Amino acid sequence: MNELWIILTGMLVASSCALLGCFLILRKMAMVGDAISHAVLPGIVVAFLVTGDRHSFPMLLGAAAFGLVTTLLIESLRKSGVQADAAISVTFTSLFSVGIILVSLFARQVDLDLDCVLYGEIIYVPWDTIIWNGLDWGPKAVWIVGTTLVLNALAILLFYKQLKLSAFDPAMAVALGIPVAFFHYLLMGLVSVTTVASFESVGAILVVAMLIVPAATAYLLTDRLSRMLLYSVLTGCLSAVTGYFLAGALDASVAGAMTVMAGVFFILALFLSPRHGIVTRWWQRMRLRRDLASHGE
Amino acid sequence: MKQKHAAPVSVERLSVAYHKKPVLREITYASPEGELIGIIGPNGAGKSTFIKAVLGLLPLTGGTVHIYGQPYRATQQLIGYVPQRESVDWDFPTDVLDVVMMGRYGKLGWFKRPGKPDRDIAMACLDKVGMADFAKRQISQLSGGQQQRVFLARALAQDATIYFMDEPFAGVDAATEKAIIQVLQELRAHNKTVFVVHHDLQTVTDYFDSVILLNMRLIAAGPTKETFTVENLQKTYGGRLAILPRQFDLTMMG
Repeated sequence: MNELWIILTGMLVASSCALLGCFLILRKMAMVGDAISHAVLPGIVVAFLVTGDRHSFPMLLGAAAFGLVTTLLIESLRKSGVQADAAISVTFTSLFSVGIILVSLFARQVDLDLDCVLYGEIIYVPWDTIIWNGLDWGPKAVWIVGTTLVLNALAILLFYKQLKLSAFDPAMAVALGIPVAFFHYLLMGLVSVTTVASFESVGAILVVAMLIVPAATAYLLTDRLSRMLLYSVLTGCLSAVTGYFLAGALDASVAGAMTVMAGVFFILALFLSPRHGIVTRWWQRMRLRRDLASHGE
Repeated sequence: MKQKHAAPVSVERLSVAYHKKPVLREITYASPEGELIGIIGPNGAGKSTFIKAVLGLLPLTGGTVHIYGQPYRATQQLIGYVPQRESVDWDFPTDVLDVVMMGRYGKLGWFKRPGKPDRDIAMACLDKVGMADFAKRQISQLSGGQQQRVFLARALAQDATIYFMDEPFAGVDAATEKAIIQVLQELRAHNKTVFVVHHDLQTVTDYFDSVILLNMRLIAAGPTKETFTVENLQKTYGGRLAILPRQFDLTMMG
């Protein structure tokens, strides 16, 4: 049963990250996802110090606020003439390091250590359960990450057309009267909440991989956005499952193994994708050349 | 909503600046209705900026924009927009029909999804630009001219009254140019007002009823016959006007 909870947590994290990751990639904002997932660290620590609980609603809100602050900071730096990538790096490294200092300062008083924040402790997930009415309702992490997955899926289902158009052609979206800025901050807010909800299972660093890698894999596999969303969730879940067993076989970090598997699937897609794959294209070229040669005879 | 007596587009003392550098200065202009209007001027004259400012895509540093006498926000449904082709990523995972359907989004409100009527309209618009056979084609597999026609079909699907097109003729093949101009003439026949940012001075008198000559300031605006003159062009382009349009060569030689 414990194994199942761990795998389920991994799959939920992978799915909720992958859905958002698709839009981050299409908006060429992969780095912003990276930035937010790091910059929420001070938010996590502050909220933790206040509530003393790693899974709480205020904590999600605090992190979402920090995520939006990050986005605002990046944008205001960029507007004042700093290059885009420099603006992103400056913002998230500063906020992340503030978070590191906070963790190390208060590490003795509170049960929150750097290892946990950075690399996650997914194997402890099954033991931190919700007890309500004398009943065991399952691990807290599953509930929290599950809720963010529902939240993300709901937002994408409801606002699919707005999110799609703002990603493809933001100028057109504005001209049509779609509140592009609202959807921008909605997406950033969801990324922040998802990052915080996931950080304990996969860690603040590896959550970036789950945000970007499955979505990047799916991008290689299809030419339709709806299928890209589906495939990103599938490869994310597959990475979680295979990663768990890889970690068992190697006796290594679960989160690390899950991320490695996500990377393996990405490389497979890069080489073998039906339309964009490197090997596929090489094979098509060879066949074309052979056909031309045989026609020439 | 639509006041017949007010001009489709009127701007008063419109100014726009990028990073404090002025791009458009104090433009005052009122457009005629039901005409094809060319926006002409050298590179960096602020032609695209003018369109974007009227569409509310850029913050104004001064002045006002009115559509049929109303502020822009109230009249969004009346306006169709064809951005520059290069402004979007053509590797985006979507197909031609889907892009044209995006033109319908403004009419759908917050939660409604495009349905069969929207699909039918989109197909009809694709047919008008001669792209119906490409409906299911992935957009990355289109030529430049085909991309432009898809954008035009998307604007038609908006079913607007006033259209703004940012260099629709830039880098397209002859067949596409012909297809586009046919669509423009059909729009005019339906009393739509169409603004087109245009570069090819040779075709201005053939294509447009009126022109706006722009070089950061409004140099001249009015019916093509009276406004598109050597004198005005020299004012617009300064010393940069190397080749005069053909018709002027002929008149000078004749």
